[in-house]
Amino acid sequence: MSASRSQRDRMGSIALHVTLVVFGALSLLPLLWMVSASFMATGEASSFPPAVIPHHPTLEHYRDLFGRLALGRYAFNSALVAVVTTIAALAINSSAGYAFAKLRFRGRDQTFRVLAAGLAIPVQVAMLPLFLLVKSLGLVNNYGGVIIPGLASIFGIFLVRQYALAIPDDLLDAARIDGASEFRVFRSIVLPTIKPVLATLALWTFLATWNDFMWPLIVLSDDYKYTLPVALAGLVGEHAQDVELMMAGAVVTVLPVLTLFLFLQRYYVEGVTEGSVK
Amino acid sequence: MIRRIAPGWWFVAPALTLITIFFLGPVIAAVGLSFTDFDLYALADPNAARWVGFRNYTRVLHEPLFWQALRNTLYFALVGGPLTVAASLGAALLVNARALRWKGTARAVFFAPFVTTLVAVAIVWRYLYHPKYGLLNWLLGHVGIQQIDWLGDPRWAMPAIILMATWKNFGYNMLICIAGLQNIPRELHEAAALDGASPFQRFRHITMPMLAPTLFFVVVVTMIGYLQLFTEPYIMTGGGPLRATTSLVLYMYEEGFRWWRLGVAAAIAFLLFILIVIFTIVQRRISPRSGV
Repeated sequence: MSASRSQRDRMGSIALHVTLVVFGALSLLPLLWMVSASFMATGEASSFPPAVIPHHPTLEHYRDLFGRLALGRYAFNSALVAVVTTIAALAINSSAGYAFAKLRFRGRDQTFRVLAAGLAIPVQVAMLPLFLLVKSLGLVNNYGGVIIPGLASIFGIFLVRQYALAIPDDLLDAARIDGASEFRVFRSIVLPTIKPVLATLALWTFLATWNDFMWPLIVLSDDYKYTLPVALAGLVGEHAQDVELMMAGAVVTVLPVLTLFLFLQRYYVEGVTEGSVK
Repeated sequence: MIRRIAPGWWFVAPALTLITIFFLGPVIAAVGLSFTDFDLYALADPNAARWVGFRNYTRVLHEPLFWQALRNTLYFALVGGPLTVAASLGAALLVNARALRWKGTARAVFFAPFVTTLVAVAIVWRYLYHPKYGLLNWLLGHVGIQQIDWLGDPRWAMPAIILMATWKNFGYNMLICIAGLQNIPRELHEAAALDGASPFQRFRHITMPMLAPTLFFVVVVTMIGYLQLFTEPYIMTGGGPLRATTSLVLYMYEEGFRWWRLGVAAAIAFLLFILIVIFTIVQRRISPRSGV
């Protein structure tokens, strides 16, 4: 009796792991093929039956991208925009999130409710007047035009506020009694306490900025200033036939964010679950 | 005594200023813009724009392309949303199974597509969907399915985009489903198992009812996100073939930033906003626990 039970458990466990391997492989297949095709010789990915592994692996497409097509320039633009946005967004959203959680001031709750309502408004509604505003500020085709509108994030403020609510008031009051200014309290006590949520916010902001497409596409008109996704979208227009070259471009674009995620996934995952139980 | 500004205001001032100037302000301005004939000429000289009342709205509502874009967008959201969440739930059940080893790896594998750059993976899928050389048709060929012209056939283009979006996004909701599954008290399952309930019966009578509010919430939130479809058709189909994948946002983008009819585009943006408000109201009405 118990033998058949454990046998059934074993069968169940094998079936479970086989299912996992099959679906895991399906989930990774597009990314694995992207990497593999990027090392294929020109034309190899357009054959039947489809080539899965490169016959003679080559780096020619990467050389082509960074040489003739100046992809390094776009990678630099992307990195610049994402890093500046992340640092500034951290400062702006963490101080606001903390204040909404822990400081008392008149109009706080009403202001917060307006922000909460704003969460339901899709960004596309703001985009057309925003473009006119950015244009009148002379920021079209300028990194500032890409960076500044996205710095303050209602989602980011929510995330930090949720976390900061758990800071004990006694801790803050003790510092105030010792004569610390509000700014000092924030810097020396609050920031160290909310470090994990700052990591989450930094990661989210970086990935979202790196991956963003529609707004940079609208604001940047000069090839020289393109971020990677915008450059890639332009490239696929001219080089749609060069499958292997396009796959190398996709690898260069995806690799940094995928690497960041793999090393810091704990923080990313916490962001998702925090955000969903707000 | 000098009246001091409460320190709290100093802390929120930078964020509030930016949000007001670059988000809430433009949202309000969008209403005004949608009542003007702002176009390429007005772009050079804003004084050239005139107040035209509801003309942009009546014009858009008489445009067959608007209705097609609306149908396409609803198709994507109403089919893609539930499909994505179904995949999320399946993956969550798999990752959460007690007998499973390598849980962390499994979770990372399913989540990886979500963090990738949409433009890049949309290009990858363009080639996976190639009717002749694409991996997908080759795989389907093994189970006897005839060549499908995924992105070239108006009937298949939207399903192709839905499939790609499902692959890209299911990992996100999977995490929320896992959290939901872990909130179900283990004793419930143990008691049911003692009473002889099969795993399937336990799924139907314990897991599903306990998870239903979470699932409903997640489906609606996913649909709202999907109403903003843009990048996938922009990269994979350009809105075609025969406009079969032109979404509302793509339509708005073309009107606003290709033809520079910003007044018309603002009207489209507002109609999209109304659609999203309707979805949000339905969600708040039906599920009581989701209020902020």
